[in-house]
Amino acid sequence: MSRVRAVIVLVCASAASLAHAEVALDQRKSGADFMSAATRAMQDDDTANPAMLSTLDGESLWTEKAGDAQKSCGDCHGPAPQSMKGVAARYPAYNVARKAPLDLSGQVNACRTDQQKAEAFKPESAQLLALSAYIGLQSRGMPVSPPDDARLAPSRAQGEALWSQRIGQLNFSCAQCHDDNWGKRLGSALIPQAHPNAYPIYRLDWQGMGSLQRRFRNCMSGVRAQAYPYGAQEFIDLEVFLSHRARGMPVETPGVRP
Amino acid sequence: MAGNMGRALISLPAKAKRGAVIEIRAMIAHPMETGYRPDSQGRLAPRDIVNRFECLFEGEQVFAADLFPAMSANPYLSFTMRVDAGGELAFRWRDDSGAMAEEKRRIEVE
Amino acid sequence: MIRCPSHTPTRRQVIAAGAGFAGLMLAPSAQATPQEMEKAILAFTGGVKPKEGRVTVDIPVLLESGASVPTKVSVQSAMQGDDFVTSLAVFNEKNPQPNVAVFHFSARSGQAAVQTRIRLGDSQKIVAIAKMRDGSYYMGAIEVIVTLPACAEDA
Repeated sequence: MSRVRAVIVLVCASAASLAHAEVALDQRKSGADFMSAATRAMQDDDTANPAMLSTLDGESLWTEKAGDAQKSCGDCHGPAPQSMKGVAARYPAYNVARKAPLDLSGQVNACRTDQQKAEAFKPESAQLLALSAYIGLQSRGMPVSPPDDARLAPSRAQGEALWSQRIGQLNFSCAQCHDDNWGKRLGSALIPQAHPNAYPIYRLDWQGMGSLQRRFRNCMSGVRAQAYPYGAQEFIDLEVFLSHRARGMPVETPGVRP
Repeated sequence: MAGNMGRALISLPAKAKRGAVIEIRAMIAHPMETGYRPDSQGRLAPRDIVNRFECLFEGEQVFAADLFPAMSANPYLSFTMRVDAGGELAFRWRDDSGAMAEEKRRIEVE
Repeated sequence: MIRCPSHTPTRRQVIAAGAGFAGLMLAPSAQATPQEMEKAILAFTGGVKPKEGRVTVDIPVLLESGASVPTKVSVQSAMQGDDFVTSLAVFNEKNPQPNVAVFHFSARSGQAAVQTRIRLGDSQKIVAIAKMRDGSYYMGAIEVIVTLPACAEDA
């Protein structure tokens, strides 16, 4: 139970400051900056990065005809290296037809059902992660660029409120770890700032790919909270807020994390 | 490719000087199911790992590996080869289900 | 499921430990699994006791996950004539099985060096044994301390 004790110590240490301190723009660090040299090297070398295997699948799926429409992504969009350049960096974005913000995998599934007339990919399915990783790869190195769109404002505000809200049996908010205590240790692990710029990621502990929503669910379990289901509005709101918080940081997709 | 065997990533230089020792990297998508892990139903998921990897140059074995469940998912191997001539390299993986994967690459002497 | 083992060390460290292994080979161990490793090693060598040296096992000091531990094994060898490594086997003492991998080299290998990624469920000793063409065996070992990431769980 040493980890629980460590968490409690951390809670007590930060209890003095009730309001969380936002990370200053010039203080922001990617999760990669908190990783060991070995894990960083794994991400930085495409021939060693296991997430690149998923992008190969994504590349195949991009040109695979699907659904009643028998159309591929490429049939509408053309080659992804051109048409998808910078696209992932702008998500989540407001979807006019849905009258709601969609994250990138939500947009992939909207194309699936509305354009291809195919069944939506299941959350966290290998295909959805592969397409998201392949599309994300086309924005690698570009700055996270959340759209300047007033229709996203309510979602962003809601996301920020969720970020600061204490949850779970440990009564912990996202902000208490990732704004107030980044760079310190939780057990033996360094607490990162929780930026969304490398997703979907290959997490060593998962031994596979996963989305930002899976990572949210991990954190929620960590503070002993009931995790929202995949696709929940709360997660989209958090994603909208986090992309604003990470604006300008380079996209690392597909990232590797411990 | 069948079952759990997925895509492969191979890395080696396209050209090398005669006599040079080059590094070759080979990685394949595979869950490397250990046989010790309970699945979502609480039953032990049956073991399915890549148990054999081979690299051949013009049909002759350069490097091989027998692998066990302690190998990480998406097994990654980096090994060396002395380049005596240009030719074709074949990379082969076999898993417990009997599924095979093969990739081929050429290397030239400069 | 949240993994929260009480035995997790508070600090990560790796200690190179070649010398300690000779004792392991000779003295019967109280633990079952190191004995299994010893058995597996003797099965690989056909009962020959490996000599210390020439074999290096490299694992970074900072390990962030036991699920993917970057591991480099190499043998000092000319890879010519009798000074030639035919195979190199890697063993561990606390995973469910003592075997990790056996690598086979050829006249084209040029070097006896392999890099890979392995799973370590716990802190333990990793041993590599080189089989030479002349029938001799050499070994190297490293002591690895593995900790678990914070908030680890299977979604």
